[in-house]
Amino acid sequence: MARKISKPADRTRGPTTRARRARRVLVAVATRKGAWLYHGDAARKTWRADGPHFLGHVISHLVLDPRDGRTLLAAAKTGHLGPTVFRSTDLGRTWKEAARPPAFAKAADGKEGRSVDHTFWLTPGHAGEAGVWYAGTSPQGLFRSGDGGVTWQPFSPINDDPQYRKWMGTVQDGTPDGPKLHSIIVDPRDAAHLYFAMSGGGVHESVDGGRTWAPILKGLEVVEGFDRAEATFHDPHCVRLCPSNPDRLYQQNHCGIYRLDRPSDTWVRIGKTMPRQVGDIGFPMVVHPRDADTAWVFPMDGTAVWPRTSPQGRPAAYATRNGGKTWQRLDAGLPASQAWWTVKRQAMTADAADPVGLYLGTTSGELWMSRDEGRRWACMARHLPEIYAVEAAELRSR
Amino acid sequence: MKVLIPSALRSYTEHGEAEGSGATLGAVLADLDRRYAGIRFRMIDEQDRIRRHIRIFVNGEQVRDLSQPLRATDEVTIVQALSGG
Repeated sequence: MARKISKPADRTRGPTTRARRARRVLVAVATRKGAWLYHGDAARKTWRADGPHFLGHVISHLVLDPRDGRTLLAAAKTGHLGPTVFRSTDLGRTWKEAARPPAFAKAADGKEGRSVDHTFWLTPGHAGEAGVWYAGTSPQGLFRSGDGGVTWQPFSPINDDPQYRKWMGTVQDGTPDGPKLHSIIVDPRDAAHLYFAMSGGGVHESVDGGRTWAPILKGLEVVEGFDRAEATFHDPHCVRLCPSNPDRLYQQNHCGIYRLDRPSDTWVRIGKTMPRQVGDIGFPMVVHPRDADTAWVFPMDGTAVWPRTSPQGRPAAYATRNGGKTWQRLDAGLPASQAWWTVKRQAMTADAADPVGLYLGTTSGELWMSRDEGRRWACMARHLPEIYAVEAAELRSR
Repeated sequence: MKVLIPSALRSYTEHGEAEGSGATLGAVLADLDRRYAGIRFRMIDEQDRIRRHIRIFVNGEQVRDLSQPLRATDEVTIVQALSGG
């Protein structure tokens, strides 16, 4: 999701000067072999690549703090070493490792404890809670930092709660590279109102700052033959809250595309109106920064053995402008055939410009963008490692 | 005692060889972490298990137990598995 960077008003300059000052987009790209930052010009036409950072590290997520506009957090590990979090307070010029990365509590003697394989998801806290961050890990764990990502603690009871541990299942129940806790969402109106999702394990909500949680599963489908009342069998791929209407959430699930309008607790499957030959399976879900009826998905092939590639080798985004009643195919500029890549759940995002810019990274290491809400796509970068995550943030020119 | 550091961890030590002290392997690794903050967690998880792709040798013999007693003259070698892609 795009994050608009607000800075204190500059009282030394007049309104004309302020109006001329262009906002620039920073695109943060996390890959299987390192991270890159792309600095755009005001028109989002030319991009300066800054990277690689952490060459050879698996970077699952790279996120800019919207509250200060300069702190970056990177969730990192290598194939051989344990996980950590790196932190920059100068937009990636220098990095320092977290003093205490996310880690589960030590198990009591004789008990089998869990260990974090990798931090998968990073979410900045509420705008009014400077320095607060949340992290989701593989295997599923929820962590919080109150000091800008320097030290992390297990957050809320869910990491060790017997019911949640049952819903989390085992490593065999998760995605091929480990079960994950993701889509940590903070309600912009209320710092104590939180959501997260687990693959597998369903979508969950807290209204008391994380002390208690409850699943929100009604309306969601599961793989045929399994019990949809059981959270373990639910596989939400990506959940997003609409900034312009925080009572509306969209979800790309293993079993379709959904919308939820609170206070209802029943998800509505809006993907049934997608073209039958494309289907409504995919990883990412993107919402419009100012229009809660507009959202984008990037479908993948979820038939037979689940190739998880672009359907028919013809990649395309699909947009709805009416809350999911209808969908429009958006493939101009994308390969017309024989393109078999996938866009992972964190690898598609939007900026906050007008018109909205869309950005996506592929498993084949290509970075694509659209300056006009998906009508026309252009390739920003090729030959990167497999892209895991793409985030866009608007920066004010310095 | 002398601790040989693999290339993947030299971002912490800057050298292939470091000094660590302690009466057990666990104590030596804790001492290393005091000198090079963060290095232990990259090798040892939060349940005090040696990570899957890390091997530790003392005088050429593989050690799997952090409570292994050590002498000041022992040489500790940390190795990362030769795997990946």
